[in-house]
Amino acid sequence: MMSFVLLAEQVLNGLQFGVMLFLMAAGLTLIFGVMGLINLAHGSLYMLGAFAAAAVAAATGSFLLALLAALAAAAVAGVVVEVAIIRRLYDRDHLDQVLATFALILIFSEGTRWAFGSFPLYLDIPSTLSGPVRLPGGIDYPLYRLVLIGAGLLIALGLDLMITRTRIGIRIRAGENDREMTAALGIDISRLYTLIFALGAALAGLAGALVGAIQSVQVGMGEPVLILAFVVIVIGGIGSIRGAFLGALLVGLTDTLGGVFLPEALKLVTDPASAKAVGASLASMAIYILMGAILIWRPTGLFGGRA
Amino acid sequence: MSREHLVNLAVVLALVLLPLAAHLMGETYWVTLATRAAVLALAGVGLNIALGQGGLVSLGHAVFFGIGGYAMGILAYHAQTYTPVIESLGLPGTNLMPLIWLVAAMFAALAALMIGALSLRTSGVYFIMITLAFGQMFYFFALSWPTYGGEDGLSIYVRNRFPGVNTLVPIQFYGVVAAVLLLALLLSDRLARSPFGLALAAARQVPARVAAVGLDPQRLKLVAFVLSAALTGLAGALFADLNRFVSPTMFSWHTSGEIMVFVIIGGVGRLMGPVVGAVVFVLLEHLLGGISEYWQIAFGVLLLLIVLFARGGLIGLIAGREKAHG
Repeated sequence: MMSFVLLAEQVLNGLQFGVMLFLMAAGLTLIFGVMGLINLAHGSLYMLGAFAAAAVAAATGSFLLALLAALAAAAVAGVVVEVAIIRRLYDRDHLDQVLATFALILIFSEGTRWAFGSFPLYLDIPSTLSGPVRLPGGIDYPLYRLVLIGAGLLIALGLDLMITRTRIGIRIRAGENDREMTAALGIDISRLYTLIFALGAALAGLAGALVGAIQSVQVGMGEPVLILAFVVIVIGGIGSIRGAFLGALLVGLTDTLGGVFLPEALKLVTDPASAKAVGASLASMAIYILMGAILIWRPTGLFGGRA
Repeated sequence: MSREHLVNLAVVLALVLLPLAAHLMGETYWVTLATRAAVLALAGVGLNIALGQGGLVSLGHAVFFGIGGYAMGILAYHAQTYTPVIESLGLPGTNLMPLIWLVAAMFAALAALMIGALSLRTSGVYFIMITLAFGQMFYFFALSWPTYGGEDGLSIYVRNRFPGVNTLVPIQFYGVVAAVLLLALLLSDRLARSPFGLALAAARQVPARVAAVGLDPQRLKLVAFVLSAALTGLAGALFADLNRFVSPTMFSWHTSGEIMVFVIIGGVGRLMGPVVGAVVFVLLEHLLGGISEYWQIAFGVLLLLIVLFARGGLIGLIAGREKAHG
């Protein structure tokens, strides 16, 4: 029998997963929206953030320093990659972008394996944030995951305010609408692009470090997240931060709740063993079925204006 | 005869003669490497129909490769255990290659019809992301489906049969694979020159004009996508037969990326592009892999250089750009 407590816990888990997906998807959707670039190597920046955090935490013992290291490492890697390679790809077709960023994944992944080895690293949750906390309704929930939800929501709000209210946000939206006109108005487009790429990279690196503390830090950890972030963007509509936020929560909740409740629901119609097997298979497909359904309904996503 | 024709002729001759020479010198290992290259090339020839002729950047072709692999795995598994595939129908497994190929290509085509009908509602970068996402869906499904080995995969103990050929002898199996590859190349070439192929090329370049003469560009692309998937599915069945093993890795998106890499290294839209690309990939994998286990770093750098500076791939470098398309 499903209890309220279990349901509430799973909804919170789904939210936590969703806001972390948002951090990935936000960078991807900004980079696509403004520069028209599809960046497969975004998952590598997530991985890089997690490894930087694990290395700094192991050396200093400070979680805060580890997070700063993750942000810095991913942002610096973002700037270097943008200036050296990505910049040459803005005028190319999507095929070239896919291949070049696929090549970057190979370089990042094997480079990390070479530097850190094939064994996973572990990043500990700081002691002040570990342990459960009692929520109203008698739910015991891990404090760290609750902090992740809060941090993710704060960053989402901050990004939205930045895009809609600040000067830099106006420039980003201007760059999205009309690149030549923005440049003609005296805005250094190429610096703006580097900045946006670095911002997206930093968000991915931060997500990698934050999630790295509840999962293991290993080579290739960014790729499943990258593909889920693509699903998020397809659902939300490319280029839309709000769409990315809604899409991320939908995907996070569908994946988490589907994994728990589909096998349970199937137990009502079939025997427990096959319910578990079929339920697990169906749950792993749930978000893609959601994506397919949304595509039939709105081919350019919930908030997307153009194909 | 243009330079590209000469290059194509040289590639076909090399496909026939080099493995034969390796066999005569007793280098069985090189014959197996050549078989691997030919199977991967076949997957690339399949993708090239969607990518080169149809302009569809599919990052989900591992789905069809994997379906082909599992079609072989499942049929051969039931044949080797003498159990029916579908119990209620009493449908038996088989170890006969042509039958396995037919099933592999049919199911790959069926999957492509469904994925294509959904993802062709969009275009450009949406199409890339959606094909990638559906690929991941099949990957997770294969991982979590316990009947045929789940994440451990499925081993087949004896290579499947082809009438009149001893497929356990490497050079004979290579002969079968090479014959299929040459037929696929012939088909791909014929297709590109056929009225369908011309309409498809037009649908890639100016869809509006194709629509204006009364053809449906989306339908042309869907047919190309399905044909392309059937060939890649066939390659998947052969790949599984080569390794006598199938696992969810065949569905992994890295496989999609690699198939695309063969096509690009060789030259997208070029008839022999996938063959040259697959041969170069297998050679690099073998030679660089022998030097360092981190060979993919060097491979990544090479790929980056080709994308940035050698557009048109290796065939483009050798044969010039006369057939390059926009």
